[in-house]
Amino acid sequence: MPQPRFVFGSLVLIAVALGGGAAAFAYTAGWFSPQRLTPKKIVNALAPPTGAALGHRRNHAKGICFTGVFEANGAGSVFSKAQVFTRGQYPALGRFNLATADANAPDATVRVRGIGLRISTPDGQQWRSAMIDPPVFPVSTPRAFYQLLLASKSKNPNAMKTFAGAHPEIAAFGAWAKNAPWTGSYAEERFNSLDSFVFTEGSGAEHTVRWSLLPAVQPVAVSPADLAKRGPDFLEQEIAERVRGGPQRWTMVVTIANPGDPTADPSKAWPEGRRTVAVGTLVVQQVEAERDGPCRDINFDPTVLPSGMKTSDDPFPAARSAAYARSYDLRTAEAKDYPRTATGAKP
Amino acid sequence: MIGGHQRFTAIQRLLHWLMAVCILAMLFIGVGMVSTIMPKYLTLVSIHKPLGMAILALALIRLAVRLRYGTPPLPADLPEPIKLAAHLSHYALYALMIAMPLLGWGMLSAAAYPVVLFGGVHLPMILPLSDSLHTLLWNAHFYLAFAFFGLILMHVAAALFHALVRRDGVFEAMASVSTHDEVMPAE
Repeated sequence: MPQPRFVFGSLVLIAVALGGGAAAFAYTAGWFSPQRLTPKKIVNALAPPTGAALGHRRNHAKGICFTGVFEANGAGSVFSKAQVFTRGQYPALGRFNLATADANAPDATVRVRGIGLRISTPDGQQWRSAMIDPPVFPVSTPRAFYQLLLASKSKNPNAMKTFAGAHPEIAAFGAWAKNAPWTGSYAEERFNSLDSFVFTEGSGAEHTVRWSLLPAVQPVAVSPADLAKRGPDFLEQEIAERVRGGPQRWTMVVTIANPGDPTADPSKAWPEGRRTVAVGTLVVQQVEAERDGPCRDINFDPTVLPSGMKTSDDPFPAARSAAYARSYDLRTAEAKDYPRTATGAKP
Repeated sequence: MIGGHQRFTAIQRLLHWLMAVCILAMLFIGVGMVSTIMPKYLTLVSIHKPLGMAILALALIRLAVRLRYGTPPLPADLPEPIKLAAHLSHYALYALMIAMPLLGWGMLSAAAYPVVLFGGVHLPMILPLSDSLHTLLWNAHFYLAFAFFGLILMHVAAALFHALVRRDGVFEAMASVSTHDEVMPAE
């Protein structure tokens, strides 16, 4: 045994090593960084004043499942080596939804409508996407989105005005929300990725793109007041009824950015005249209630992409992936709060 | 000090230090990735999955090597409770090295996430889609990660205690870079 003084020094050294290790771990976990924007903070900020809808998605909480196919026409294979663009039919699973944290919100009260989509290919890969119907996202950065959530919940009557002053990009979304016609059906909606992604050819050449689903059905404008008269769940009832009458279609259109386009900012539309390519058709063949439906426990994480597609300099897909995972982990642990029906039978 | 000059074999020492780096990186990446929404989130997740599988493969190799070559004996004068603690903590470390990647893989499978390693290489699903299984495995993966880190801190403390205070050769049995004086294969 070494001298007592040396032993004491050694023990101090060991304590410092352990303390340092633990502190580095805690720092990495964000325990010393209260300003760090974590998935937990975003998800907590989404909760309505009455509390989160337990067992449900923390945003886009109200929705209905569908299944169908994606019919690729082959045109996309020029831009991406992903198998999903090779001419053929691939199984699709998705979810029509409303951008609200309230799973029981009346359909006519929610301005933004969305679609979650998962297309699977025989090579075992998947293209997941979650799109919404506005032409631009309200804000430029995930942090601004967080601040928007806080401002919209704030008791300060000027909070939103202050926010809009600091984030003028929200004006384009605001104009859409105010002026764009409402429709009476998910089948009449155009859904947009808004975020940009990068397609990679077999040769390695890359293209930054956004994509949209264009409805085959001509939209008909209906006032929100008239929609409210159709009942709280008219969108779900309508799409179920419509699909029972026959499959519904959307054309998947890819828009290719020009150099210099704002690829990192989904609040900015790309200028007119960009090259667009129709790459296939989404065919929705069956609609099922979410409670026992196949979309319920699927996370439409927009960063689940086949090889041949990847995220771009747009910071949102990463933030969405992190927040969606948090939401998924919470809601799958709360299944008892959103129980499946006793039979669990699928229609 | 019986066995005080015996060391782990070169392959065991190589595996130990390689895995030490991998596992520490893994734990830091794990707690880092779940606490950020920045683009590095995706980078960290894309490292976490293949690194986890690499650790699983290395752990299985290491287990086989351990069964083949055994370990140098602990110093005879080490108190029995300490010897027991050493043995138990090593069992626990092996269990975690093997269980953590499997829990992660199972958790992703139970959520129907594709488990992509790199490029288009992905692993098969080892469990069906299940909210209850996902929750169970997620909790196990999460809490055992902290237990793993705590165990590693204790392991480091014990190693330094052997190196600096007891100076009994236990630390050198693993830390030495010399290829001489290796332990004989277990009988």
